[in-house]
Amino acid sequence: MLVGAAPFGVIFGTLAIGSGLPVWLTLGLSALVFAGSSQFVAVSLIGSGTALPVIWLTTLVVNLRHALYSATLLPYARELPARWRWSLAFWLTDETFAVVENQLRHHASLKDGAHYWLGSSLAMYLNWQVWTIVGVLLGQSVPVLATLGLDFAMVATFSAIVALQLRERPVLFAALVAGGVALLARGMPFKLGLMLAAIAGVATGVLVELWSEQVPKPVRQGGEP
Amino acid sequence: MSNTNIEQALTLAGMVVVTYGIRLSFLVFGHRVAFPDWLERALRYVPAAVLTALIAPMALAPQGAMDVSLHNAYLPGTIAAVAVALWTRQTLAAILGGFIVYGLWRWLVV
Repeated sequence: MLVGAAPFGVIFGTLAIGSGLPVWLTLGLSALVFAGSSQFVAVSLIGSGTALPVIWLTTLVVNLRHALYSATLLPYARELPARWRWSLAFWLTDETFAVVENQLRHHASLKDGAHYWLGSSLAMYLNWQVWTIVGVLLGQSVPVLATLGLDFAMVATFSAIVALQLRERPVLFAALVAGGVALLARGMPFKLGLMLAAIAGVATGVLVELWSEQVPKPVRQGGEP
Repeated sequence: MSNTNIEQALTLAGMVVVTYGIRLSFLVFGHRVAFPDWLERALRYVPAAVLTALIAPMALAPQGAMDVSLHNAYLPGTIAAVAVALWTRQTLAAILGGFIVYGLWRWLVV
């Protein structure tokens, strides 16, 4: 997972610098927000001069799933001292949640578990900072990346991220509907189209998931291959 | 500090507050609660929906108006990126593949 995060960190740094974000803001996003998807979204919104409240609201929507992680991990953290919980919460990401939840559910006493949790968090955090810095340096030293079509770099990155999830049918439909609505509503002020598209896409994903659970699996006939 | 700097600092500060607040919610302030099932399902689709919503207008209407023609190099580039991603399962390969097709297209076709 450390290796998996590397390209995203590099691309984030490069895109941010190319989009005209100052170095301090790029490093600040990685160091203080530390949430990949919302950092990418922020670069795109800041680059296009979006109003502050819209950026904050979008961040809220994109990162809301972390509340779910926070609630799921609470039973393992309840007995820990407050400063542990404040720190572990700061570093809570998709990757850390996936690794830690699995580990805590299957093994480890509480004490070992907390150390494992902290260790994974720190490794993930330092890794993300290092690759962001590499991206920033790359973005600064190869300004031609910007003239090559930075908007396209954003499109290619996001479509690659989404494409990896498309094998799940609800995600496919969620993406199609969100893209369609965003396209139709692109003229709306304050990026309202983005919000509408997100809601429509998410609703579609849930509906398709519920619907496909109801369809009985086809019964295979005996002699067929 | 210029206005832009202040605005960017505010952007960052707001994002930190929102994100850290969400992460703190239950771990520090919360009690064990069960999320309603629909919400748990819904949250899983948010990143894919938001990312697609961001790029669809960029890829299909780069100048503001719908452009599904040979002159729009974003289309073949995006299709290539998705195809390589599905084929190799490698993000970096997908981005490079998309870029190569996009660059060639702009050079040769547009």
